[in-house]
Amino acid sequence: MRWAIAVHGGAGVPPSLPPEKRLPREAGLRHCLDVGIAALQARNHPLDVVELVVRELENHPYFNAGRGSVLTSRGTIEMEASIMDGKTMKCGAVSGLSTVVNPVSLARLVMEKTPHIYLAFDGAEAFAREQGVETVEMSHFITPGNIERLKQAQEAGRVQIDHTQPDDAVADGDGRIGTVGCVAVDNEGNLAAATSTGGMVNKMVGRIGDTPVIGAGTYANHLCAVSATGIGEAIIRGTVARDVAALMEFKGISLEEVAAYVMDRVPPDTTGLIAVSSTGEVAMPFNTPGMFRACATEDGYSEIAIWDSPSK
Amino acid sequence: MGWAIAIHGGAGDIPLSLPPEKRLPREAGLRRCLEVGIAALKARNHPLDVVELVVRELENHPNFNAGKGSVLTTTGTVEMEACIMDGKTMKCGAVSGVSTVVNAISLARLVMEKTSHIYLAFDGAEAFARDQGLETVEMSHFITPENIERLKQAQEADRVQIDYTQPIQKETPKDAAVADGDSQIGTVGCVAVDNEGNLATATSTGGLVNKMVGRIGDTPVIGAGTYANHLCAVSATGRGEAIIRGTVARDVAAVMEFKGISLKEAAAYVIDRVPPGTAGLIAVSSTGEIAMPFNTTGMFRACATEDGYSEIAIWDSTSK
Repeated sequence: MRWAIAVHGGAGVPPSLPPEKRLPREAGLRHCLDVGIAALQARNHPLDVVELVVRELENHPYFNAGRGSVLTSRGTIEMEASIMDGKTMKCGAVSGLSTVVNPVSLARLVMEKTPHIYLAFDGAEAFAREQGVETVEMSHFITPGNIERLKQAQEAGRVQIDHTQPDDAVADGDGRIGTVGCVAVDNEGNLAAATSTGGMVNKMVGRIGDTPVIGAGTYANHLCAVSATGIGEAIIRGTVARDVAALMEFKGISLEEVAAYVMDRVPPDTTGLIAVSSTGEVAMPFNTPGMFRACATEDGYSEIAIWDSPSK
Repeated sequence: MGWAIAIHGGAGDIPLSLPPEKRLPREAGLRRCLEVGIAALKARNHPLDVVELVVRELENHPNFNAGKGSVLTTTGTVEMEACIMDGKTMKCGAVSGVSTVVNAISLARLVMEKTSHIYLAFDGAEAFARDQGLETVEMSHFITPENIERLKQAQEADRVQIDYTQPIQKETPKDAAVADGDSQIGTVGCVAVDNEGNLATATSTGGLVNKMVGRIGDTPVIGAGTYANHLCAVSATGRGEAIIRGTVARDVAAVMEFKGISLKEAAAYVIDRVPPGTAGLIAVSSTGEIAMPFNTTGMFRACATEDGYSEIAIWDSTSK
C-alpha cells in the first residue's frame, strides 16, 4: 500500500483555452499538488491533507471555489463544500456561504463539532462565527473575471452549463470552470475526499449543486475516495461519487474499470471525477473536453494535465 | 405488472406502549392517505402525481412530522424540506429551509419542472415559491402544541432528539413524551409504481427536534432519503445523518442492479448495513414488489397492491 493523491480544478475545458488563462491554473494545480505531497510525506492523515489542499485551491483566485467563485444571478457569492473520511464515514457539508474564507474548513467543523452533517445559509454563517473561523466581506471573493462571466451569461440568457452555445466565453473555456477537489490515501489505506465550489454562473439564488450532496459530488468509504466536478444536476442524478464505490464493492472490479464504467453512465460532456483506492490506485476520468487535474503516488509518479485522453 | 403503493409516517423508537390517543390519529391518517393514493392509481394518474398528492395529504396532517406538525429548530422555528424523483426520467427536485410554504413537496416538484436546477434552499426557495404563486402562510400555521412541548423536553434534556441510546426510564416528567414515542416521529414519504412500471418517490419532513438552524437532513439529499430509477423507488426515514452516510435510497437500487437481487432482499440488505435503531424505508419495484424494512422499534407505514392486498402497521416484524 502506498500513498496517493489527486487534485482537480474543474471539468469542462475546451482546447482553445488561451495561455494567459491556462498557465496560472497549471501553476495552481502544481502548487496545490506539492502541498498535498509534502503533507502526505510528513505522514499527515488524509483528512488533514485534503482539507489543506482544498483550502489552497479555495484561496487561488482562478478556480471556482472560495476566492474566484462564480456568481449567482444577483451577483452574489454562495459557496458550498463537503468533506468525508473513508474509514469512519463521518462527513460534513455546507452551502450558501458568502463570507467564510475557507468553506471546506467549515464543513469539517460541522462534521467534528456538531451532531449534524450539513448546515446551510444563515445557520452555516452563524455557526462559522461561533467557531471563530475567518470571515470577510463578500467582495473578497468576487473577481473581475467572474463579473464578466455573469454578464455574458445573463446577456445570453442562460445558466452557463450549456456547451452547445458557441460564444467567446464558452470557447475559451472560462464559462465552464467549476469546483475544486482533492482525494488522498495514506500508506495505511486511510482515505479522504473534499470538494468545494462557488456553483454555476448565473445560478438561481439558493441553488444547491452536487458538491455538498454526499454521494453525488463527494464520497469516501473503506474502498475509495471520490470528488466529482461538472454539471451539478447530472452528478446528483447520477449519484456519481457513491456509484464509484458501490460498483467496486458490488461488482468487485478495480477502480480504473469502475471509473470508466461510471463515466459511461452519465450524459456526455457533463462530468469528471478524481478517485483513489485504499491500495493507492488513482483514476481521473472525464467525459468533458478537459479537466484541470493532477496526481502523484508514493513511487514517484506525478502528472498535471488538462486534456489528453478521457477515461484516464 | 400491477400498480403498488407504499407510504410512511416516520421510523423511530415508537414504543409498544404508545397510547391510543397518539396511535389512532396516525393510523387513521395513514389509512386515509393510502386511500387517496389508491384512488389516484386506479384513476391511472402518473406515479409522480400520485406521490405528490399523497405527500401533500401527509404534510397537511398535523400528527406527522412534515408540513403542519413539523418539529421545531433550536430557536423554535420551522424549516421544512422535501424531495421528489421520477424513476423513468430521473428528474428530481428538492427544497430545504422552507418556513412558509404550505406544501413543500409541491415546491420541490416546481423546482424540478420549472427551473434548470434540482435543489433550492432557504431564502432562494422561499422567493421561488412566491414567484410561482404557491400557497404560503405565516410560519405559526405549521407549529403545533405537541411540537412546542417536544422542543422544550429536548432542550431540557439538552439533546437533539435522535438519541435512541438514552434510557427512557429517567426520573423526570418529560419521560412521558419520550416513552410514548412522540419524540421520535420523523418524515413522511410515498413511493408508487403504475401498471406500466413507471416509478416515483416523494419525501417531506420538518427535520429533527431541536436541530441547529440551517441543518439539512437526508430527505432532500438525492440518494440518501429519496431515490428512484427504472428499477425501484425509495423513501427513507429515521436518523438523517445515518441515512446520508449510508446513502440508503441509492443503495437499494444499486444493490438490486449490481448484485442482481430482488427488491425485498436489497432493501433488507441495506437496512442491515445502517446502525441499529436508525433507519427504515419504503420501496416499490418496477414489477410491483413492495418492501418496508426498518431497524427501529417501529415505522408508521401502509401499502397496497392492485391485486387487493393492503396493510397498515406500526410495529411487527422488521425487514418486512
